[in-house]
Amino acid sequence: MSATGIGAPVRRKEDQRFVTGQGRYVDDFNRPGQAYAYFLRSPHAHATIRSIDTGPARTMPGVVAVFTGDDLAADKIGGLICGWMIHSKDGSPMKAGPHPALAQGKVRYVGDHVAVVIAETLAQAKDAAEAIEVDYDVLPAVVNTSEATKTPVQVHEVSPDNSVFNWHLGNKDETEAAFARAKHVTKIDLVNNRLVPNALEPRAALGEYDFGTDNYTLYTTSQNPHVARLVLSAFVGIAPENKLRVIAPDVGGGFGSKIFIYAEETVCVWAAKKVKRPVKWTADRSEAFLSDAHGRDHVTHAEMATDENGKILGLRVHTIANLGAYLSTFSSSVPTYLYAPLLSGQYDIPAIYCEVDAVYTNTAPVDAYRGAGRPEATFVVERLVERAARELGQDPAEFRRKNYITQFPHQTPVIMTYDTGDYGASLDKALELADYKNFGARKQESARRGKLRGIGFSSYIEACGIAPSQAVGSLGAGVGLWESAEVRVNPTGSVEVLTGSHSHGQGHETTFAQLVSDRLGIPIDQVSIVHGDTDKVQFGMGTYGSRSGAVGMSAIAKALDKVIAKGKKVAAHVLEASEGDIEFKDGKFGIAGTDRTLGFGDVALQAYIAHKFSGQDLEPGLKEGAFYDPTNFTFPAGVHICEVEIDPDTGVTKIERWTAVDDFGVIINPMIVEGQVHGGIAQGVGQALLEGAVYDQSGQLVTASFNDYCMPRAMDLPSFQIGMTVTPCTSNPLGIKGCGEAGAIAAPPAVINAITDALGHEDIAMPATPQAVWRAVQKRMPVAAE
Amino acid sequence: MAYSLNVNGRIHSVDVDADTPLLWVLRDVIGLTGTKFGCGVAQCGACTIHLDGHAVRSCVTTIESAGSSAIMTIEAIGSTPKGSVVQRAWLEEEVVQCGYCQSGQIMSAVALLNANAMPSDGDIDDAMSGNICRCGTYPRIRAAIKKAARGGSNTGNGG
Ligand code: FES
Ligand code: FES
Repeated sequence: MSATGIGAPVRRKEDQRFVTGQGRYVDDFNRPGQAYAYFLRSPHAHATIRSIDTGPARTMPGVVAVFTGDDLAADKIGGLICGWMIHSKDGSPMKAGPHPALAQGKVRYVGDHVAVVIAETLAQAKDAAEAIEVDYDVLPAVVNTSEATKTPVQVHEVSPDNSVFNWHLGNKDETEAAFARAKHVTKIDLVNNRLVPNALEPRAALGEYDFGTDNYTLYTTSQNPHVARLVLSAFVGIAPENKLRVIAPDVGGGFGSKIFIYAEETVCVWAAKKVKRPVKWTADRSEAFLSDAHGRDHVTHAEMATDENGKILGLRVHTIANLGAYLSTFSSSVPTYLYAPLLSGQYDIPAIYCEVDAVYTNTAPVDAYRGAGRPEATFVVERLVERAARELGQDPAEFRRKNYITQFPHQTPVIMTYDTGDYGASLDKALELADYKNFGARKQESARRGKLRGIGFSSYIEACGIAPSQAVGSLGAGVGLWESAEVRVNPTGSVEVLTGSHSHGQGHETTFAQLVSDRLGIPIDQVSIVHGDTDKVQFGMGTYGSRSGAVGMSAIAKALDKVIAKGKKVAAHVLEASEGDIEFKDGKFGIAGTDRTLGFGDVALQAYIAHKFSGQDLEPGLKEGAFYDPTNFTFPAGVHICEVEIDPDTGVTKIERWTAVDDFGVIINPMIVEGQVHGGIAQGVGQALLEGAVYDQSGQLVTASFNDYCMPRAMDLPSFQIGMTVTPCTSNPLGIKGCGEAGAIAAPPAVINAITDALGHEDIAMPATPQAVWRAVQKRMPVAAE
Repeated sequence: MAYSLNVNGRIHSVDVDADTPLLWVLRDVIGLTGTKFGCGVAQCGACTIHLDGHAVRSCVTTIESAGSSAIMTIEAIGSTPKGSVVQRAWLEEEVVQCGYCQSGQIMSAVALLNANAMPSDGDIDDAMSGNICRCGTYPRIRAAIKKAARGGSNTGNGG
């Protein structure tokens, strides 16, 4: 391994700019003459708009323009779309209600977009928004996930009972038969709490229109600028793709919430032409709480059948998924194909059946949030498995081990074919790092101090590197999920890699450069990674679902192979040898078996000066592009063990130990991977202990600030014991599985399993706040001595 | 109103309302965009700057209240001895993920170390608890502060 190659803990190239305040995020850009947009939002969860009078606002100081949904409609600007078609089990397509960027006749959640004011200053825009007179006919709202289909309130005309779809996966008859055979059935009711992503950088957009060229430019906080361009062009109808440039510069965290195409960027880029000036908008934090797509919000009943030996026979799951007031860009895929296919976990389960009811409510749209569907699935499986082990009086680690899949490839009953893994190895390592054998002694020691100690496991699996385009297409995806890359070798031997992946914290400028350094044998500082600009990068599908390593880097690897192949041709001409005799090793092209070599830079120069070959024999230049479409999902998996101590007097849960043993396949940069694991666990612990979005019955978001919505901070987190096992992935050329979401997927059940172990009963919901835990302590049953 | 501000050792003349938060003066008027907006109500720490060496949230500090204090931002903190040690520790411990919170984190950390050369874990948690990092870089922030406290060396407790 070279000092900068694959596997090296190279320090991130991008960090210098971030520690000196030189990062450039959307709000750091300003264009000459720009005006500011402010969105008037609905104060009601559900109302008909009788009329909007923008007259008084238009005459306010500094106001450039005021627009409503009618103005967008008059310009034939289409609504926002949901890009994944789900069919109900009766074969009918999902019921997608209209999703205009600015309301047309109705508002459906608090924060819904009613009108936009564009003014010389933001303060003037806000003042003018207050002068807009909206006559609302307020309607009753539905907010509760379980109640959504049982109320006369109707969110969208297309769905009288608020059902978006009733979908299923798996074999119902086989599953029923498995339950009929079962010795024991474990049942559980779970709520997967609604979360607000809260990337620290609020969403922002800056639209610009050039009257000379008829080109639009949109700076936007996006994880996937090319997808934004595609949607804004093909569906919303802003401009054809060749007239629309989307730039996503440094982006301050996404976690899913910046995948989607939102109303605000749509309006800013459209309005730039209308008002003949650049138009800028930046969310304030309360707008982020109200209108960023939220995550999770599932209500689930699940049952697991086991035989007399504790072998799992079957799993049946019913989930109600709250999708909010509108179908956000990928919302329909989250509780379906990103969820149910993971219900087999790491276990050999012969029969699985899952039914999902997705519903509309008068709440913010719900879509992917770090893990997206997979944390929800893991929570179901790992809570059930833990409970089953307890009910059967078996050690939770050994119960898991007994049911682990051990032969690969493994076909689950719910679509997926796991390629590789060694779950027992991860468990062994985790048990050792967690000092599991002495847990009993630690529990006694806690008890002597009047404290309750518990331990919880989470054997998670995820499907990442999403995914083969043909496969996702057959499941309803509206797009292909390949990635593209272009490798430009300059005449002096430095290299630019243009990638369709987007980095918003993942460190691609370093890891992608490591791959290039490794393959071409050139110093890492001669490699630049270019991303986030549709005018520079040919195409891309962006970064989500831990796909940038497995898919994005594989595209780069493919382009590098082409560069090397072309380099061999050039070298053959220069060295006057036959192409078949040229080999490329350690950054040098040479004639095999001789010491006649040419450095990579020499070959690059020869490729461009083209003096040693005729243009008829060989094209000059050294620049190659590639598209890579994976052959399968990847399946990162691992074991996390959480150990907590609860103070029964206060209900405060302290995480005493955290052990994470993950199998991410081949690792490019262990420093970066470990950072991703930390971050994922922080978000997972946040979900388990602190975070929860709460709407009141009228549909007001009660938790709409950092005061009311508790974000994890340093003192909420333990130090982590991190271990790795490696089984290389077989479905991409680099063996990468992906790591970005693992912590957020693994953590919630580990924490809740530990708390329920400490309490001696199962009655606790997320977030397990001190108040909730204290109440649960009061209900505590006497626990048998351990 | 016209104000004369001492920012990073340079005097800037600006004309804004008295209640304008320093955050917007820095970002929108002076053009120093390294200081970030995260909440506007002193709940996240992204906008942390120094006033006479003390960490303050610039989103709730009005230009009026700044008076003639020396203002220092992330763009210049590297020119101070502590600031450069902290930045180096940040790079070596590889703290940064998306980077958005890190200007504020570094400004809070430097102020902590200026006031307390050898902070304990508890001191660090107290001083840094107002700085949210959604990317969850907290373990490394702690390690980097300890490293900076030791003058940048890797020896000593923890990390
Ligand atoms: S922006 Fe000042 S504390 Fe959040
Ligand atoms: S590094 Fe992203 S919020 Fe801290």
